[in-house]
Amino acid sequence: MEILLVIIIGLLYAAGIYMILRRSLVKLIIGLILLGNGANLLIFLLGRIVKGHPPIIGSTEKALADIYADPLPQALILTAIVISFGLQAFAIILVKRAYKVVKTDDLDEMNATDEDI
Amino acid sequence: MSNPYIVLPIIFQLFLAIVLMFCWTQKNLQKLVSTVGSLIAVIIAVIMFVEVWEVGPMVTQAGNWEAPYGITFVADTFSVLMVLLTTLSGLGVSVFSVGAVRNARVKFGYFPILHFLIMGLCGAFLAGDIFNLYVWFEIIIISSFVLITIGGEKAQLEGSIKYVTMNLLASVVFLTAIAVLYGLTGSLNMADLSNKVAEIENRGLVNLTAILFLVGFGIKSAVFPLYFWLPASYHTPPPAISAIFGGLLTKVGVYALLRVFTLIFIPDAFLITLISIMAALTIFSGAIGALIQNNIRKIFSYLIICHIGFMLAGLGMYTEIAILGAVFYLTHDIIVKTNLFMVSGLMFKIKGTYSLRLLGGFYKDYPKLSLLMAIPLFSLVGIPPLSGFWAKFYLIQGGLEVNNLVLVGFIILGSFLTLFIIARLWSEAFWKTGELVPKKLKVKYFHELKPLKRTAIVASILFLALISLGIGLGAEYVIQVAERVASELMDPQAYKEAVLGKL
Amino acid sequence: MKTIIFRTASDYLLPLLLLFSVFILLRGHYLPGGGFVGGLIASIAFVIHSFANGLEKTRNIIKFHPGFLMPIGLVFAIGAGAAPWIVGQPFMSGLWFDDPFPVIGMVGSALFFDTGVYLVVIGVSLTIIFTISETL
Repeated sequence: MEILLVIIIGLLYAAGIYMILRRSLVKLIIGLILLGNGANLLIFLLGRIVKGHPPIIGSTEKALADIYADPLPQALILTAIVISFGLQAFAIILVKRAYKVVKTDDLDEMNATDEDI
Repeated sequence: MSNPYIVLPIIFQLFLAIVLMFCWTQKNLQKLVSTVGSLIAVIIAVIMFVEVWEVGPMVTQAGNWEAPYGITFVADTFSVLMVLLTTLSGLGVSVFSVGAVRNARVKFGYFPILHFLIMGLCGAFLAGDIFNLYVWFEIIIISSFVLITIGGEKAQLEGSIKYVTMNLLASVVFLTAIAVLYGLTGSLNMADLSNKVAEIENRGLVNLTAILFLVGFGIKSAVFPLYFWLPASYHTPPPAISAIFGGLLTKVGVYALLRVFTLIFIPDAFLITLISIMAALTIFSGAIGALIQNNIRKIFSYLIICHIGFMLAGLGMYTEIAILGAVFYLTHDIIVKTNLFMVSGLMFKIKGTYSLRLLGGFYKDYPKLSLLMAIPLFSLVGIPPLSGFWAKFYLIQGGLEVNNLVLVGFIILGSFLTLFIIARLWSEAFWKTGELVPKKLKVKYFHELKPLKRTAIVASILFLALISLGIGLGAEYVIQVAERVASELMDPQAYKEAVLGKL
Repeated sequence: MKTIIFRTASDYLLPLLLLFSVFILLRGHYLPGGGFVGGLIASIAFVIHSFANGLEKTRNIIKFHPGFLMPIGLVFAIGAGAAPWIVGQPFMSGLWFDDPFPVIGMVGSALFFDTGVYLVVIGVSLTIIFTISETL
């Protein structure tokens, strides 16, 4: 399981960076989304995966005696997912607006900020 | 010392933003609420500063869960100093916005977002939990995304694409760093991490994590070689927005660097060399970039980068005196950079251009205003007794202490280049007889504004100019504050005890 | 998508889904559910209605701009967060009534916070979806 996740995370990061380096705006967004997913999976992996031991304390006990799955990484991932959902929604709308105004999808042609105004 | 009210600066800004959202359509009411609210926020910050100065670091555990498990907020001297500076420049920008931000932008919620941004900044300064710091960073960048695109002009959208991309990338790197750190230690509380990271035997892994943090915060604070998004975007939004960006957003990155690299990762020789090299090249590239620019806002953007290098140099020397210098420089830089972008906004309002070639004749036409604008410009250079001088004095002293003469050389070079740039700007924009710039229809000129708006613009610049004068002339007191901040940073025992309890 | 089956169904689905979202909101403290999910379900209810009957009709049902729910929700959240200050506890501590209420169950500051989240989520998602479907 860990090995599989490691490979997937590596692929996600590699694909994300590759997509960011393309010249198209849409691919840029896709790259950022892939990178975000890779980071989320990385938190999940580094939180140590424990199968079948939910961190629920029985009504008769005071603390968990057995090993248990750490619930914190999932909370972190949930937070990160919600945040990146908002950011990505914003980025997509921004790209759409920019395409309407600048009339190009190519990052190389976006030079208005370098002009000497 | 536990005090449940230290989150008040954050909650108050949220409260202000909510009130402003309720009066979404009343523009004048929004301006009033924002100004009065910012004033109250300054008062809250001052009270907090005095309190922390007297009793030492204060802590609250949100949700009442105990320290390494719950979300901690810590107010030590560094945090409250930053909160105070944030609210001060927030007040300046809020007053400036009354005069300088167009109604079309107010209609799209400029003021609520501004206060969300300041809330995020206060939160980042008070956070005592590394993941919480990430969340505050996200709040900061999402509000800044809205602010930088609001209005939707062509250059603005292009600039914001570069800005958005690099900041999202920085967030991903930061999140990756947190993941690795959590995997290494199983903790997120910064005081707890400080203890646990010190115990890890595999230092290579620790250094790797530290470099991930360095890259993440480095993109946000625009250090070499990660700065190129800044000059491509900071000159595109309206001046009020550039002011809050230039004054505070990069400084959050510097704050995070100073915090993380004094509390969690104590840099070893390798990291210190790396940071020193980055600092030297940041100073150099920022100054060289500013030399060749013609647009005054671009000049200021490059100067931001150059001066970020000074603060990073303080971290790179890593002695108490150098950190003192860095903190002093941070104090001075937040106020001055905010003010400079407001000055550039005023120049644009008067002449209708940012181009140094076309500007001119300010001193002849507006002698009093020119004198006012001279204060932030020459504070930046650090001509004694203005505020920049003392900070550099301590930075150089720190550099000599550790015998890092190269870095000292770069700091002196950076200062000279800044002097040259500002002198050129002064002679071009203020002394040269200006060319007649054709009137632009879209621009609302200074003399066409209502008297209230004109007063607001000048008053905000005057307010921040007085503060930077105060920092320069009352340097004795600021040094005391910076000294205490530096000693707390270099010896975080009090911080840890406040968070985790006496061990 | 204005088939008669879908349109008739959407009239019944709207109240049902809204009721279900409130149920999800209330059970959220100890069981799966909560303000975020509840808010999403409620906004889906309105989105289905707008697909079937057109945006204008849905607007008429809601009567006010959905964005207005955001500040109201934030007021709930900030109120629930700051309430523990009155009894001198840290921000966001859970305060609970001693006895469960009929139907609702245990009521505490967490429930008010969740209600705030519920309203903010409805406000945000409906604003986003309505704005996008207007410009399409």
